[in-house]
Amino acid sequence: MKKILILGAGTAGSMMANKLYKALNPELWKITIVDKDENHYYQPGYLFIPFGVYQPEDVVKPKKDFLPKGVNFVISEVAKIKPENNQVILRDGSLLQYDVLVVATGTVPVPEETEGLKGELWYKDIFDFYTFEGTTALAKKLETWEGGNLVINLAETIIKCPVAPLEFAFLADAYFEEKGMRDKVNITYVTPNSGAFTKPKATAMLNQLLEEKNITVIPDFYLMQVDNARKVLVSYDEKEVPFDLLVSVPVNKGDKAIINSNLGDEDGLGFIPTDKYTLQSKQFENMFIIGDATNVPASKAGSVAHFEAEILIENILSYINGQPLEAKFDGHANCFIETGHGKATLIDFNYDTEPLPGKFPFAGVGPMGLLKVNRANHMGKLAFKWVYWHMLITGKHIPISTHMSMAGKITD
Amino acid sequence: METLVNTAIEFTAEGYLKNMDQWTPELARELAAKEGITLTDKHFEVLNWLREKQKEGVQLSMRKVGASGIVDIKQLYALFPGGPLKISSKLAGIPKPASCV
Repeated sequence: MKKILILGAGTAGSMMANKLYKALNPELWKITIVDKDENHYYQPGYLFIPFGVYQPEDVVKPKKDFLPKGVNFVISEVAKIKPENNQVILRDGSLLQYDVLVVATGTVPVPEETEGLKGELWYKDIFDFYTFEGTTALAKKLETWEGGNLVINLAETIIKCPVAPLEFAFLADAYFEEKGMRDKVNITYVTPNSGAFTKPKATAMLNQLLEEKNITVIPDFYLMQVDNARKVLVSYDEKEVPFDLLVSVPVNKGDKAIINSNLGDEDGLGFIPTDKYTLQSKQFENMFIIGDATNVPASKAGSVAHFEAEILIENILSYINGQPLEAKFDGHANCFIETGHGKATLIDFNYDTEPLPGKFPFAGVGPMGLLKVNRANHMGKLAFKWVYWHMLITGKHIPISTHMSMAGKITD
Repeated sequence: METLVNTAIEFTAEGYLKNMDQWTPELARELAAKEGITLTDKHFEVLNWLREKQKEGVQLSMRKVGASGIVDIKQLYALFPGGPLKISSKLAGIPKPASCV
């Protein structure tokens, strides 16, 4: 009997377990999936927790509920991957052998990468919101916070869901307005990018949102250090931004096991060199990478993992049948962006095409407005939670084209 | 500037080369002059590294350049003051470093 081993049972890993189980003969293939956490977190929901829109319990369910019964689910941390021997060693020393390895170990925020970020103010006046602990702690903080300088900072450009910090700024504006204390809060968005928006069409269509909402943007700010005593951010070129409450998006890295196994890119961030079209490892032909764990130049987002999964299932089947890997991922991403007060916008893009305005055809739902701010997009974002739990991670068909389509987009 | 005007090299509205294969060291020097930078061998080491990584399809960041072994982040700032990755990408003839929107 041959063995497929999946590392990581998050969004990408769970989708792959479901798709592989459906596609392969269980008498010939044994599928094992490993994750250190028995709970599955609906990560897009983390954004809403600080503002009381979702409660912590809304975003957690047991992982086993979303994995096929015939898939062997092992709860353990991965200690080391030994691709030369087709082996994975778990924390307790036990050894798993594989014929095909799918790495879906994701990314983690690592505040320790930045001096002073995880210092004495951590979870007192400095919070992240991409972790369950961070977002629930921040929710408590906001309940009683009396105002001042709210600074949202991206410590790095390559981060999970690059639009989420922007959504956080928009939702914070609406939250404080609804609480009747917007005049007591300055919102500053501090980014290492050239602006809050960086793509020409998105900038043209959405930049005025920041002005309307009175959000100050400080671009080209690359965080070197957080001075806890003075409560300031310090950049590499010695600019400073003072804060009372810092919402930080720390440096993102790949899983420790990737770094410990020397499988990451040479930059030490732990993202795995991956063919950006086939999703095969650049080093080992029986190793495939999906989701946030890759180093491909696509967004680290659930929609990307979903479109990748549609490609990867084909390529893994081709691989085990000894055929060339013909399915090609085009970098497709599709994201709702919350803009506050029950409205949102929508972007759809890939490796080569920036987010464009127009209409996004959605079978059974009707066209959605691209780069438009409206209520329908917000309803789409909220409805997505149901789609995620009931369709997406269990690998059911979602009526959106895997490759980005130009239908409805306005190119000029 | 003469050479820029007289060639068929195309730039984006923000001044980034549309086709990285049209890049030459001379072009880099001319673009650098516009930014008030005189390119040294160290600058070119960074530019060539960026071009190589871009061809490999790697997503670039300041931290990555800092881990390249060529310069650390402080030195990168000294070479390309203001917005190091933005300016070095422009001079390397590769696309503007951008987020998804």
